[in-house]
Amino acid sequence: MSVDTTSVTRAEVCVVACAEAWRGDGEILASPIGIIPTIGARLARATFAPELLLTDGEAMLGAGTWAVDEKPAVLEGWIPFRAIFDLIYSGRRHAMMSPSQIDMYGNANISAIGDFFRPTAALLGVRGAPGNTVSHPCSYWVPRHSPRSFVRAVDVVCGIGYDRAAATGGSVARFHEIRRVVSNLGVFDFATPDRRMRLVSVHPGVSVEEVQAATGFDLVIDGDVPVTRLPTEEELRIIRTVIDPRGRRSREVPS
Amino acid sequence: MLDKRMSIDSVVAELRSGMTIGIGGWGSRRKPMALVRAIARSDLRDLTVVSYGGPDVGLLLATGKVKHLIYGFVSLDSIPLEPHFRAARQAGTIEVSEYDEGMLQWGLYAAACRLPFLPTRAGLGSDVMRINPELRTVRSPYPDGEELVAMPALRLDAALVHLNRADIYGNAQFLGPDLYFDDLFCAAAERAYVSCEQIVPTEELTSTCVQTVRIQRWMVRGVVHAPNGAHFTSCAPDYERDEAFQREYVAAASDPERWAEFRARYVDVDEETYQKAVSA
Repeated sequence: MSVDTTSVTRAEVCVVACAEAWRGDGEILASPIGIIPTIGARLARATFAPELLLTDGEAMLGAGTWAVDEKPAVLEGWIPFRAIFDLIYSGRRHAMMSPSQIDMYGNANISAIGDFFRPTAALLGVRGAPGNTVSHPCSYWVPRHSPRSFVRAVDVVCGIGYDRAAATGGSVARFHEIRRVVSNLGVFDFATPDRRMRLVSVHPGVSVEEVQAATGFDLVIDGDVPVTRLPTEEELRIIRTVIDPRGRRSREVPS
Repeated sequence: MLDKRMSIDSVVAELRSGMTIGIGGWGSRRKPMALVRAIARSDLRDLTVVSYGGPDVGLLLATGKVKHLIYGFVSLDSIPLEPHFRAARQAGTIEVSEYDEGMLQWGLYAAACRLPFLPTRAGLGSDVMRINPELRTVRSPYPDGEELVAMPALRLDAALVHLNRADIYGNAQFLGPDLYFDDLFCAAAERAYVSCEQIVPTEELTSTCVQTVRIQRWMVRGVVHAPNGAHFTSCAPDYERDEAFQREYVAAASDPERWAEFRARYVDVDEETYQKAVSA
């Protein structure tokens, strides 16, 4: 079956950009938060990262590939929260979290907007972000890229960024890694001398200027910025017919 | 052996204002809501509540029971943000200790082990250290010399958990996907109270999958038969979350008049009336 790649949506580009975060990770637990990262992680395992472990979003490890809004048909294990916490400390996990704010060093906030003790908006709480970011690789997914989400300094540092990791030193600096940040506009990493956020690629139809204008700090932009890769025909087929046949992805990133 | 069966009201009668109370479950999953509702309609106040928070926290905040909240998050799962938690945080009306989820586990574990603290890497470098200025670090006495967070023990005066099945002696079983940290809450507490869907004879409790009888009678002071007692949170496999009711709870929180109606109908009533109202 042939898929017309000219019909690729922004959401599908984002799915593949998220999937790429887990490339080369080997036999570790991939923990995606959000619809598009979840589709991405399952796509990665169905294609180029078959060794990944995936949960059903609760306490079961699923085998094979299953739809984003369903439970796996076959289980390969049981991983209740206590086992997840143990696994976090072992380092054999790569989570993709979805912060409300992220800054130029990759500090991330899911706790509160404004002063912590009198927030203008209380969010979830720090959750597992402090422990995750000092224990194993993390990536971030921001479905609405704007100067309100990409900020100069986050209000509450939940997941720690490269500046905090370097200042803390020791095993924190050793275990800390932010692999990539994916937004609805582009892909970012921290592969710069001073570990500031770099624009890795822009999604098709997005300009570098547009990304910078939507970002509340100066991005590192070296040379010509490539365009984020399109899904292959096989990837599109898996996304559209196996993992997300009911089009949940377009609710997170409208086409 | 002691028959530990108690009524909901007799559990609440053993609690005192100012106590530190741990609540089991996770988010909007297997919360001991029958016991929480009973606290909400009691005259208890100034409680310190320790929870992986969901509507248990929301309801106790909405009814003014909480002085100090100790948590890693508060969420309704299918609805990410808890409206009463947001309102209380934004009004600045409660004292809060917001910790990493793993730190919370360590605090309960330290209490259960009668240790003053347990070391952890979680929290280092983050604002958890800034917003909890009482936290201290400790240096490894071994050659690595690493500095770690000394997560203090979270000792509980009482723990409340809801399990699928129990016997009259306080052995209790989870049949759903996850125990969460219910055993740690019980072991960290002076007194633990288990509400359950079903009370069964011990031989029936242990006849299928005895490995899931994870709450043992040495941890437990009281057993409460509370069918549908986790409503509206999930209590799989007995029942899933009542999503329609949870939406109603959230919608009611948006408006004082609607909340007053909700409270009169579902909170300021005894358990029997509540169960009739929600099954109507």
